[in-house]
Amino acid sequence: MNPIRKKRLYLIGLMLGGLGLATFLALKAFDDNLMFFFPPSDVVAGKAPKDHPFRVGGLVKVGSVERDGTHVEFDLTDNAETIRVAYDGILPDLFREGQGIVATGTLAGPRRVVASEVLAKHDENYMPPDVAKTLKTAHAEGIKGMREAAR
Amino acid sequence: MGIKRFFHQMGSPQYFYRVAGLWIPWLLGASLLLLVIGWVDGLVYAPTDYQQGDSYRIMFIHVPAAWMSMFIYMVMAFSGLLSLVWRVKMGEVIAVSCAPIGASFTLLALATGSLWGKPMWGTWWVWDARLTSELILFFLYLGVIALYGAIEDRRVGARAVAILALVGVVNIPIIHYSVEWWNTLHQPATITKLGKPSIVPSMLIPLLIGALAFKLFFFATVLMRARNELLERDRNTRWVKNLLEAEAK
Amino acid sequence: MSEFLHMGGYAAYVWPSYGLALVILVYNLIGPLAQHRRLRAAILRKARRAGRHAR
Repeated sequence: MNPIRKKRLYLIGLMLGGLGLATFLALKAFDDNLMFFFPPSDVVAGKAPKDHPFRVGGLVKVGSVERDGTHVEFDLTDNAETIRVAYDGILPDLFREGQGIVATGTLAGPRRVVASEVLAKHDENYMPPDVAKTLKTAHAEGIKGMREAAR
Repeated sequence: MGIKRFFHQMGSPQYFYRVAGLWIPWLLGASLLLLVIGWVDGLVYAPTDYQQGDSYRIMFIHVPAAWMSMFIYMVMAFSGLLSLVWRVKMGEVIAVSCAPIGASFTLLALATGSLWGKPMWGTWWVWDARLTSELILFFLYLGVIALYGAIEDRRVGARAVAILALVGVVNIPIIHYSVEWWNTLHQPATITKLGKPSIVPSMLIPLLIGALAFKLFFFATVLMRARNELLERDRNTRWVKNLLEAEAK
Repeated sequence: MSEFLHMGGYAAYVWPSYGLALVILVYNLIGPLAQHRRLRAAILRKARRAGRHAR
């Protein structure tokens, strides 16, 4: 490569390298603000703001959903800590027990959030219902098999 | 070296114009054929999703459009690099031809994401890292188009555009990894993650056919735009006049 | 057929998505084609005018 082209390539490389580094540092500095939601553990640990609304995300605990008209209450967990979420309104179609959701709300107690909005989070799986059913059965049988093997 | 000679020849506007003209009909034909196959497969034959019902069929457009939005950007930035470092004139032409197509695919990804998000998430839009960085990509494309349009001299304009395109490259890994680096409302990648994609083949196939159709469509239309750009730039040269007068006869 | 158009209740989201995709594809085809026609006409017009002056 001739020296002028080489110089131009180095200059561009330098510019991109510097820009990449600056972006990395800026993103690192704003890391917390780029998080879309707090997990329940952070809420329980007191990291969530106490005076203004925030978002909390986790899995809806199976069997914990209680409905009373449009009022819904359910347990939200990250498999470490669990909080109770209360909400009045229409739930998105993907809202299910065992699925991920993100709720916007305020603290109403150490482990209680009153939500003004509940959004469903999709997992990255795509399959028809019969495959899902088979997987579920296979999973359950796998666990049963493991238990038996352990015995 | 056949490949090297081929690229060298493609650097000549006259040669490029002629070869691109030969390829465009084939690329377009193949792309439209694949598009029909992919859409019929996706809308009619692919099974309904266990969680999302039929709304997931929007993915057959949304995911290829989102892939294209990033792919076209990389093509644009790479062509810009060729034009900046090696002063390849065709690099300038390709880079500026990419921008409007890239912008339209980014818009399609954003809009279809919104149309899926409303029933599934419960909202049209959230400011999470994935959606925000994709919106920034859209603005980068608009910036490239506006910058090129604002500068009178095409060669100077193309150089400015190449620098802007290269600067914007930092956004591409941010879009891709946003769902892993931060928690977002947007789900992580289904196809690109290591190991088995968590999608059944009957749903994956129409998705991949659709993606290939979009890619061929991009190649066809970027060549069409590049041919126009060449005519415009070389409008006062002998080869353009001879060519058009021969065509008109 | 009507069941197909119904899209399991998501017709209002699925069909606009495909519709918009079509609009964007058509725009990307018509745009460069029309520009090509315009450019060609303009260049030929100018060439003919220059040719007449030369004579």
